[in-house]
Amino acid sequence: MNETIPDKATIVSWLEEVKDPEVPVLSVIDLGIVRDIRLQDADMEIVITPTYSGCPAMDMIATMIKMEMASHGFPSAKITTVLSPAWTTDWMTEKGKQQLKEYGIAPPHPKQQGCDQRLFQEAEAVQCPRCGSYHTQRISEFGSTAC
Amino acid sequence: MKALIDYTLHLADNTLILAQRNAEWCGHGPVLEQDIAITNITLDLVGQSRSFYQYAALLLNNGSTEDSLAYLRTEREYKNCLLMELPRGDWGQTILRQFFNSAYQFYLYQYLQQYNDPQLAAIAEKSIKEVSYHLRWSSEWVIRLGDGTDESHQRMEQALETLWPYTGELFLAAPYEKELGIDLAALQVSWNQKVKSVLDEATLTVPEKIFMQQGGKTGIHSEHLGFLLTDLQYMQRTYPGCEW
Repeated sequence: MNETIPDKATIVSWLEEVKDPEVPVLSVIDLGIVRDIRLQDADMEIVITPTYSGCPAMDMIATMIKMEMASHGFPSAKITTVLSPAWTTDWMTEKGKQQLKEYGIAPPHPKQQGCDQRLFQEAEAVQCPRCGSYHTQRISEFGSTAC
Repeated sequence: MKALIDYTLHLADNTLILAQRNAEWCGHGPVLEQDIAITNITLDLVGQSRSFYQYAALLLNNGSTEDSLAYLRTEREYKNCLLMELPRGDWGQTILRQFFNSAYQFYLYQYLQQYNDPQLAAIAEKSIKEVSYHLRWSSEWVIRLGDGTDESHQRMEQALETLWPYTGELFLAAPYEKELGIDLAALQVSWNQKVKSVLDEATLTVPEKIFMQQGGKTGIHSEHLGFLLTDLQYMQRTYPGCEW
């Protein structure tokens, strides 16, 4: 057991080591799914939120965070999941978006279009992560989390 | 408390049973991208149902878990609307049912976001972001198919005739909805407007007043649900407690 209570910045640096199992270049901090770190005496609680309701990686991520905290001497760290406020790509870090692009996945725009109810609207142009071109076309909007 | 538990289970069952039906398309969609679309919508629905089941298990506080509620209840205990359990039919029928459901969920979750139960409001707030693009996608497909070829138009007419008698139940308050004061009448007005505008554009005609089926919300189901549950529950019934 670790006797000294770490500060939040230290815990964040530990969480940087916990990667998204589906996109292993992104940490849970880069993804913006860590919503709060609560410390009271020796009790630690990490609050996370899913990117989308059906995210199959959520249980795994919670386990990975728990193991990471255990490796630093906090085996009883509690992981809590909240749904509100709902996750948005705005919560991704700029570093995370850059890493996503280098990994070959077009990062979300700062302000996403196409979230409203208008039918048959033109898809927003997304920059190709490889060549930088905006001459791109949406083939499927389903797959990774949209906005 | 009983009413809140029943209502939460009703919301969970609606999403789970429709997800199970849509999942039948996995690997069988008409084209790859739409196969991916319907199965992704399915995944969102499963996620929503997990949130509702987890909350119901918490309220029940009797050792139930999301898994026991999804996998180990009997037919009569499920509270989903009949619409959700109907066979998937052809692609047109699947699309039309998804559209009816997405439009319903869109207005229902808008309403539940303001409802005075914080957890139902949170689940609604999370889910409506997904439902918004389910609704856009399914509306576009209803229009494409309805206002498409003679064949696709005729199939959509057939789907409308099959499914329409099951839409009334969405707005028919079950005892638990009455007790909680869920305002289904207001939802029905918004739903009717949305459905009519999309069907109009799809050159499809909303059926006149016809007999509406009911029963699912209170556990009186069609024969289809039993067969669906046989598939859904097979693994947990055969290998109790199985995990992988």
